[in-house]
Amino acid sequence: MNFEMWFSEFHAPDVKHSIRVKRHLFSKKSDYQQIDIFDTPEFGRVLVLDGSVMLTERDEFIYDEMITHVPMAVHPNIQDVLVIGAGDGGVVHELVRYDQVRRIDLVEMDPEVLEACKTYLPENASRLDDSRVHIYFDNALRFIRRCKEQYDLIIVDSNDPFGPSEGYFTREFYGICYNALRDDGIMVNQQGSPFYSHDADAMQRSHKRIVSTFPISRIYQAHIPTYAAGYWTFGFASKKYHPIDDLNVEAWKKHHLKTKYYTTKLHVGAFYLPAFLEKMLEEVEK
Amino acid sequence: MEKEEVLNQERAPIYEALEKFRHMRVVPFDVPGHKHGRGNPELTDFLGQQCVEVDVNSMKPLDNLCHPISVIREAECLAADAFGAAEAFLMVGGTTSSVQTMVLSTCKRGDKIILPRNVHRSVINALVLCGAIPVYVNPEVDHQLGISLGMQREQVARAIQKNPDAVAILVNNPTYYGICSDLRAIVRMAHEAGMYCLADEAHGTHFYFGQGMPVSAMAAGADMAAVSMHKSGGSLTQSSLLLCGENMNAGYVRQIINLTQTTSGSYLLMSSLDISRRNLALRGKEVFAKVVDMAEYAREEINEIGGYYAFGKELINGNSVYDFDPTKLSVHTREIGLAGIEVYDLLRDDYDIQIEFGDIGNILAYLSIGDRYQELERLVSALAEIRRRFQKDPSGLLNQEYIDPEVVVSPQEAFYAKKKSLPLRESEGRVCSEFVMCYPPGIPILAPGERISRAILDYIEYAKKKGCSMTGPEDPDILHLNVLDWEVE
Repeated sequence: MNFEMWFSEFHAPDVKHSIRVKRHLFSKKSDYQQIDIFDTPEFGRVLVLDGSVMLTERDEFIYDEMITHVPMAVHPNIQDVLVIGAGDGGVVHELVRYDQVRRIDLVEMDPEVLEACKTYLPENASRLDDSRVHIYFDNALRFIRRCKEQYDLIIVDSNDPFGPSEGYFTREFYGICYNALRDDGIMVNQQGSPFYSHDADAMQRSHKRIVSTFPISRIYQAHIPTYAAGYWTFGFASKKYHPIDDLNVEAWKKHHLKTKYYTTKLHVGAFYLPAFLEKMLEEVEK
Repeated sequence: MEKEEVLNQERAPIYEALEKFRHMRVVPFDVPGHKHGRGNPELTDFLGQQCVEVDVNSMKPLDNLCHPISVIREAECLAADAFGAAEAFLMVGGTTSSVQTMVLSTCKRGDKIILPRNVHRSVINALVLCGAIPVYVNPEVDHQLGISLGMQREQVARAIQKNPDAVAILVNNPTYYGICSDLRAIVRMAHEAGMYCLADEAHGTHFYFGQGMPVSAMAAGADMAAVSMHKSGGSLTQSSLLLCGENMNAGYVRQIINLTQTTSGSYLLMSSLDISRRNLALRGKEVFAKVVDMAEYAREEINEIGGYYAFGKELINGNSVYDFDPTKLSVHTREIGLAGIEVYDLLRDDYDIQIEFGDIGNILAYLSIGDRYQELERLVSALAEIRRRFQKDPSGLLNQEYIDPEVVVSPQEAFYAKKKSLPLRESEGRVCSEFVMCYPPGIPILAPGERISRAILDYIEYAKKKGCSMTGPEDPDILHLNVLDWEVE
């Protein structure tokens, strides 16, 4: 090849992150967003929605493990799970590894994402046909509004808050999630990057909304190379369980799950945040 | 100019002329002084180069709003055609200026005009300007919802019979809540009595384009209509259309407009009217079908939450609710124990959702051509959350009631009379010389020339307490009211 093809994404107005592309495998504009899948030398296949990297084969284990195993290691008996977004199937892939889980409802607004992932990221989507998984193509706000105290865990695996997923970072969304959880339920969501100011403001705003909705609300972090600043946070919001005090190492180890990123030691460490982030959170926790 | 060419709705003459003007790169030695934005870089940064570049003055190739003969005139002819009117005027002073022109074109000092009391303040303002005397038809009230409905045919007939010397009848088509009177019948009665029929269609632009909508003023044969293109039609704020039927003298109406309208009509506003008219003429039917679908969906979802009542066509009763605007999303909130204004404030403060207004018993979310389902889901979910978090016992909540006004002197006489300021509670029994209203919706609780009653004072204090934003009086805190400096029997 005598020319180079690069996919670039703005991580901030003046910062660009580029990945060399081997082939552009898929491109389609759905009713909701622009969907692209690239094949790349370093990151393998990459799913891009509206120009933002959602996952790469190379580093998505970090995201999927951290958004799934953290709540699973705290709540001793999670059986009914609601997953919002996650049309790529990565989160479900982790969840079905737990035998105690008896139902996984997956609500994705865009059927085209799921279709594209089934074709081009088959390993990822391979567990979506597990008999415990029920897929609903619906707006999550509309879906959850009708649910009352019926889930032990809600995982919000959404895009960033500046597009079609904006509604999943709102107070009304967190409120109806609260209402859909049993009285010891947990909600985990991706909270974006706290580094660049645009993302940091959005993160602060949504943290404030969660704090005003759930009695327990903590932020934890992970390093994800292809996301903005390579530095990502998750929200742990809960009606009863504390993410560190109630971590049940023994119980989790009994599952004998092999992980590439998550460990129970890292679990605790992930909640210890840098000073600048602590300060950002304190500003809105008052 | 060939008529065929003028009436091609795919054209937008003002927009086309501005585009041509931009490409000619004309050197401006005329106003505005920012000279295509160069003189005001901060403003240009903020609004964008393209926007300031077409903020230009009247000139031969761009016509002149005060006396249109070329592109503005063509745009007006196209608008008239699109709306089924004999004449249309592009207005740049808001629908307030259209309403004012309707009143000033038909009423002179001392003339009577028949109108419902739940008119927008701009109507009574026009009466202050021209000295016409209002004859109010008290609208029927839905006591459960606490909203004023339309005018009943019999009431209008009675008002005509009692005031055969009245010169015009003004009708809200529809009210802010989407309620329509029997406009065709009222037009017929007015014309039989030799009166003009005027329609305030500030909330009725879509009646001209959507299917299954209440009848529009022009289709009903009304003589004039004030149409807020910027509300449901998508044009820029402050742009409006004034429509006339066959009976009006268009030249005289233009003279009336020019009494108060700026001689520097904004091309941003005019081009927005032109482009919006084109859009509605070409795509209005589909666009408003989608708006109706969204409103119907939202009504179903909100009613499913419980407690709230999002009302719709079931209110139609053949008379005072002759028809209902299906795009209006009005929700009665009293049963969840919250005043509409409280829900309005919660939506904004807790959920970052701004709706059109909240009054004592209801809220109104304005749906139009720019809405999407994903935001509706947020609104419905936020309402569900407000109910879950704040629901309380509704007893003790005031039911919004229509208070019959007692008109003692004409609005103009009261406005210009010698007056004095009294503390609110001491003003009972006196004649008010100013407006008091919650804004929005901007329907006066008190208008100049009306007697202040205890019920009215109670209402003002309750609305203030609940957080309604009150406007009108000279005293911005509304602790004092201006009253006529003489006692009236």
